[in-house]
This record gives sequence, structure tokens and C-alpha cells, in this order.
Amino acid sequence: MAHASSYKPNTAIAKWFDVRLPIMRLMHDQLQDFPTPRNLNYLWTFGGILTFFLVVQLATGIVLAMHYVPHESMAFDSVERIMRDVNWGWLLRYMHSNGASMFFLAVYIHIARGMYYGSYKAPREVLWVLGVFLFLAMMATAFMGYSLVWGQMSFWAVTVITNLFSSLDSIVPGLGTTVVQWIWGGFAVGGPTLTRLFSLHYLLPFVIVGLVILHIWALHVPGNNNPTGIDIKTKSDAVPFHPYYTLKDAYALCLFVILFMGFVFYAPNFLGDPVNYEQADPLQTPPHIVPEWYFLPFYAILRAIPDKLFGVIAFAGSIGLLAFLPWLDTSKVRSTRYRPIYKWFFALFIIVVLALGYLGAKPAEGVYLLFSRIGTALYFGHLLVVLPVLGWFEKPSAMPGSITDDVLGKGSGGSRPSAASASPGRR
Amino acid sequence: MATKTVEPNRRDFMTIAAGSFAAVGGAAALWPFIDQMNPDASTLSLATVEVDLAPIEEGQSITVSWRGKPVFIRYRTSAEIEESRSVKLDDLADPVARNENVGDSAPATDQNRVNVKNEKMLVMIGICTHLGCIPKGQRVGDEKGEYGGWFCPCHGSHYDTAGRIRKGPAPRNLDVPAYDYISETKIKIG
Repeated sequence: MAHASSYKPNTAIAKWFDVRLPIMRLMHDQLQDFPTPRNLNYLWTFGGILTFFLVVQLATGIVLAMHYVPHESMAFDSVERIMRDVNWGWLLRYMHSNGASMFFLAVYIHIARGMYYGSYKAPREVLWVLGVFLFLAMMATAFMGYSLVWGQMSFWAVTVITNLFSSLDSIVPGLGTTVVQWIWGGFAVGGPTLTRLFSLHYLLPFVIVGLVILHIWALHVPGNNNPTGIDIKTKSDAVPFHPYYTLKDAYALCLFVILFMGFVFYAPNFLGDPVNYEQADPLQTPPHIVPEWYFLPFYAILRAIPDKLFGVIAFAGSIGLLAFLPWLDTSKVRSTRYRPIYKWFFALFIIVVLALGYLGAKPAEGVYLLFSRIGTALYFGHLLVVLPVLGWFEKPSAMPGSITDDVLGKGSGGSRPSAASASPGRR
Repeated sequence: MATKTVEPNRRDFMTIAAGSFAAVGGAAALWPFIDQMNPDASTLSLATVEVDLAPIEEGQSITVSWRGKPVFIRYRTSAEIEESRSVKLDDLADPVARNENVGDSAPATDQNRVNVKNEKMLVMIGICTHLGCIPKGQRVGDEKGEYGGWFCPCHGSHYDTAGRIRKGPAPRNLDVPAYDYISETKIKIG
């Protein structure tokens, strides 16, 4: 949110810097004095939590790379050496592997919060689309990192996922095979594949850092959305970011880190698959291939479609469609609080995603397959039918006149969502 | 709309020519960065493998590795061959032989899936054409699927005794690699 700079350089050196590289002014205005809605709830703390986990993954990852050997016959053993011989290796690796899980847990809450409070609506579309790119980059990074362990599940996950590209063969014969062999650097997943996955796994987190900077930049132009979805109108609607939200974020982060450390110290392998403690064997597929928990809903969608090419399209579409949310949702009301019908559809959507997550871990047959198909239909139905159609006839409930009114319980200010105040601006 | 066209001058020409040259040069410079990921010379040099089939008993299967991929070799029983031959082409999900040793459009008859020199011996790449898992059915006691051939546990594809896809999400029959008999009992794959 554009606001007049309140930065006053006090020392001579601060003044000297301020006319050359006003970085202190930027930090002061954007991270300290930034006007933030006074009514943000704890769901808004996950942006900070995500930033923290990005740092955890970078720090642990950089030191793990000092001990890891990206070679097909040594990778698996080098991971075991990290666990047994390297000083604190067990801690660093468990922080890295569980950190990935916490990262995804936080991002799913962050995405669901954005969907519930309509944070993707104008003027925050670019912010949202950058978020979807971040999510994609996170998924790619996590997938590549998982492959580096070179256990049975790693190896076969790489095989199955890279083979998704072979579905291009049904569009142009031979194209898919060419692409897949290019990805592998061979005729099957092997040593050349591992080294390139390692290279990219080290690169992508820095791409994520760059995207995060753009994401925060795009956030700081319109400013934060809030539980009412009403824009800041007066000074009393906002508080400075520091100390109000730095402390709130820090408190929430402490609670979240307790959960993280609970996994690291007491159940470090709870979220992983034991089969990945077997070394990769290119001639033997495990009886039951499952991805890490955070990919399960999308994996269920992939398997629900009986046709290979359409399965891959649905799999990609289930994530890619999220980027179009700002244009699929025709309702002008941001916050689901004031959408009496949509809130039930939103609840159903959350249940569907959780159910698909459960089904993705089950074998793709019988009743599980049937429910996966129903879930897939409901998932796409929500994005492609409910969101565009509902906005046209849903009558929003009464909204408070401002953020301050809402916080102070002044009831509805009689303002209808059709009023300019509550609408997400130009559409 | 302005109707008057501005005559390009020498500066416009130089800008366009230099820009095009840079674009073509940039695209050409990209190619080594892309092509380095393709299979390298050492990978390509592992292109053939010889297998002695003499020790295989009727009804037995072996798996050999070729180019890092498993190759399934099954000495099929008469009953298995009979079952495969009795299938009508119309009942096949993929009616093409997928055999590199016969034509691209050859029908997927049992005869077209094997080498005429030994129709009992089925040689094919043991990689599910869906998403690349290794189907079950090579070992004694493995689940062989509803058609008695192979069964892929990842996403439930069933292959018959000629390695043809009969049920499940896989789009193609198991691929038969290029191979030939170099002696009575020896084959060379690749």
C-alpha cells in the first residue's frame, strides 16, 4: 500500500546512505511502518511462517549438499552417512525432510486462506498468480529433493512422473519418447538423471527466493486483504506492521515450530514412506507407489482418469487452474463471510481435497477409484462451474461499513456489497 | 489511422538487421545447453546385449537388463500361446504389434509379437507403457493379472500372454525391442 514515507535518518551515515541507496528507508517503510489492517487473524501469519521455512530449507540444504554425493551408486549410502557419521547430520537431514512437509502444510493453509477470504480478487491478481508460480516451484523442488535420496520410492516416483511426458506420444508420435529421454539423459532413469536433478534442486530454491520478493512486492502495492475483504479507508482501520504483526507472526511461528520440532525429534519418519529406506532398484517396482503426502490429492486426480493423456491433462489442470481463480470467480464480494451459499461450497471443496489426499494413498481400484472419480469431478466442478456461476445469483449478506466498524462490533453499516467500498475495484 | 507510411531509413535497417542477428545467434547458442541433456556417447555405446536362451525351461521367465531397462524373456507354454492366438484383433485395446522387427502398422497378432525363428519365446521391454513401472509376472508366485501375462501394480494395467494391453490405463502393448537370433539359442538385443 503506497503511503508517505515516515523514515527519518538520524545519524550522519544513515543520511549519507539515504541519498545513495535508500535501503534503510525501504525496510522502514515496508517492514516497520507498513499500514496493515487491524483485524488480521492467525490465518494471516502463514506468510511469515512460509518465509521462515524457506530459510530453514536453504540453510539445511546448503550444508547437506556438503556431504551428499549425487552418484547413482553412492547417493543412497551418502544419505546414510549423513544420518550416522556426519556431526549433527541426523538433525540437519530430519529438519530438511520434515521442513519440506511443514512448508507444504503452511502453504496449503495459506492458499486456503486466500481462497476463503477472496484474496485473489482485484487488485491482487498478480500477487495470486505469483503465488501459484511459487507453489509450482515448491512442488518441483520438493519432488527433485525427494528423488536425491535414491531410495526405491524416490526412484519410482521419478520414473512415474517423468513418464507423464511420454503421453505427448499420443499427440505427436515419438515426441514424448524424445522428451523423456532428454529429461533422463538415457533410456531409463539413471546416473545422468540424478546429477541433473541435484543441480536443479540446488537452483530452484533461489528462483523461489526471487519469486517471493516479487510476491511481497505485489502484496505491498495494494496492501493486505483482511477477514472482511473491505479495503482500508481511514487511519483507524490500520496499524503499523511493527510491532503489531511482527509479534503476532512471531508468536504463531513459535507454535508452528513446536509442531515442526515435534516431528523432527519424536516422529521424524512419520510423514515419509519406509520403502524409501531401500536402495533404488531399476529392475524392481515396489508393489505400491505413493508420493509424499503433500502430492496425494493431485496424484489421486491423475489416477482417477482412465486415459493416460487426459489423466496428465487433469493432473496439470488441477494445479494450473488455480492461477485463473481471479477470473473464474465472478462474485464481487471478497470475503466468504458474506457469501451465504459459497461458504458451503468452500467447505465441500476443502473436504474434497482432503478426501482426494486420502484416496491418493490407496490403491487405484474398486471403491477407492470410484470415489477418486467423484472427487475429481467435484474438484473441477468447484473451479469451473460453482465459482463462475454462483457469483451471478448469490445474494451477499450485510457487510460492516468498515474494518473499524467490524472490529468494534458496530454491526452492519448498511453497506451492500454492491457499494464501491466492498467491491474488489475495477473488473 | 495514419495512412502515410514512413519510409524506413538506414538506421531502421541496421536496428532490424542487428536485432535479427542477435536473436538467431542467441537461439543457436542455446542449442548446446539443451542438447547436453540428451543421452551421451557412453550411454549410447551400451546399445546392444547378447542373451543365451538355452538355460530357460518351458514356462520360465528371465529378466535381463538392456540400456538400463529390464527386458522380459518368457519361454511360453503351449497353453499360453494357444490362449494368445485365440484372441480376436477387435478385442485388443491396442491393435498394433509394437514390434520393432516387423512393420509399424503390423497387427498385434501373436505371431507378430515374436520372432518367426522361435514363436514360443516372447522378448519384450518390461516397462509398463503407462507410466514406466515394471509389471509383475516374471517371478513364480507373482500376480499375473486377469489375462495370465503381466500385471502392473502401479495403476492396474493387465497384459496378456503376448504382452498386449488388455485392461487398465496403459495405452500401448509392451514394446518388443529390435533383436535377432545370432545362433540357434542366442539373441542379440539392440
